Amino acid sequence: MIRFSNVYKAYPNGAMALKDVTFHVSKGEFVFLTGHSGAGKSTIMKLLYAEQRPSAGEVRVSGYNVSSLSPDEVPRLRRRLGIVFQDFRLLEDRTAEENIAFALEVTGARTDTIAARVMRVLTQVGLSAKSRAYPRELSGGEQQRVAIARALVNDPAILLADEPTGNLDERATRGVFQLLRDINAGGTVVVMATHDLDLVRQTVYRTIEMRDGALVYDSDVDEAAAEAQ
Amino acid sequence: MKLLTREALLSFRRAPLLSVLSVTTIAFSLFTVGLFGLVAVNLRQALKGLEERVEIVAFTLRGTPAETIALATQDIAAFPEVKDVSFVSEEEALRRARAELVEFRDAYRDIQVNPLPASIEVRMKEGYNDAATVERVAQRLRGFGFIEDVRFGREWVQKLDHLRNITGVVGLVIGLAFAAVAVVIIGVTIRLTILQRAREISIMRLVGATNWFVRGPFLLEGALKGLLGGLLSLVLCYAGYILFRDNSGGTLSGLVFFGPEQMVLIIIFGVLLGLGGSLVSVGRHLRHV
Repeated sequence: MIRFSNVYKAYPNGAMALKDVTFHVSKGEFVFLTGHSGAGKSTIMKLLYAEQRPSAGEVRVSGYNVSSLSPDEVPRLRRRLGIVFQDFRLLEDRTAEENIAFALEVTGARTDTIAARVMRVLTQVGLSAKSRAYPRELSGGEQQRVAIARALVNDPAILLADEPTGNLDERATRGVFQLLRDINAGGTVVVMATHDLDLVRQTVYRTIEMRDGALVYDSDVDEAAAEAQ
Repeated sequence: MKLLTREALLSFRRAPLLSVLSVTTIAFSLFTVGLFGLVAVNLRQALKGLEERVEIVAFTLRGTPAETIALATQDIAAFPEVKDVSFVSEEEALRRARAELVEFRDAYRDIQVNPLPASIEVRMKEGYNDAATVERVAQRLRGFGFIEDVRFGREWVQKLDHLRNITGVVGLVIGLAFAAVAVVIIGVTIRLTILQRAREISIMRLVGATNWFVRGPFLLEGALKGLLGGLLSLVLCYAGYILFRDNSGGTLSGLVFFGPEQMVLIIIFGVLLGLGGSLVSVGRHLRHV
């Protein structure tokens, strides 16, 4: 589903955000992306949804080659992804259901299917009772659930979550994390960037650790190597 | 398409002040262009009146037989540049002189011998009143043996030419300058809208809205503002026109307004300005959102 091959990313000011990063993620996986801020997690995320292009190397996501994506193909790639951020990115002047419907409307979904699809994902994230609430009337955890519902409504193959629990208290964090696990259990690949190491340690999911733009630890590879010894 | 229109219209409701501001700036830019256009239209109208009076007068030798003159008149009328030809006999010339030059009426009444020569008056077709063509036709008239002298307002024709050229150039320069200002203003207002809606746009992009889907509402918004601005500028121009005409004490009562084609042209121009401004702005700023 995701394949990074010897990826470098240099910014115009000369800073190297990624240095020779190689990993791949298969169908159905849940992957933690960890590391300090500035380690390269966000750059990896931006490459995954084609917000940026690699300076060298190849990035393949769900069959698309990000290195050589045409402007027309970017929206097509993004419709196969669900993206969730730390700051939720909801529209304040629209209700929960309108926020989710917006994602369907702007991607040209059939009008008569929108209401049912919105209700389905709102139920999935446990917010069907608050469909008419505005973001300011919802708690942080609830807002993130709306954002996740919006990410899910186009049935993505991959869910990218960039610090999804960064703004949440412990209880809300547990709830959102459990939701992401449920989504993964349904077959969707989940890539979650986080620096919440407690969360990472609680689970057995694959962990990729970044430091100064380099991949320093990949539990899949390193554990396989350890077993081989 | 329905959503596109809705999003475009929504911007008017969300930012009424900004929308009114951009429509009025477009309207005022076009109003200035329009006022100049009105001046140009009326100047052209006036020039046309003057041009119609431009004629070549060829004085004939006394005693030229009427048949010769009749034949020559037919020949001259067949020139491609010539609109019509008329023969003014000696008697006709005297009658005109008596009628037009009132101060000399007594003098003319008393004379026994008519001192005025007969002449052939040549009027040029529209578009052939420029100095070079008039000179060419005059030259050909001199070729007739019975023509004694050919007169035409050469300098006057040249000045007319000059004036018309200047009008055209000045009109074009001022029109382009104002068009540029209008494009910049529209660009800025669209930019403000884009910044105001940056969050919405970034979300649209993230969920995979196509570029045209993101741009469409802005382009439509620009075109719509251009349309409204164009209509408003016509209203302003008309008000200005009425004001000028009715307060001139009758001297400008012959002023004309734009014809339907010209009005449609101004509106199309407004739409193009709006579209151009938003295209530039969308192209430059949407990438950074």
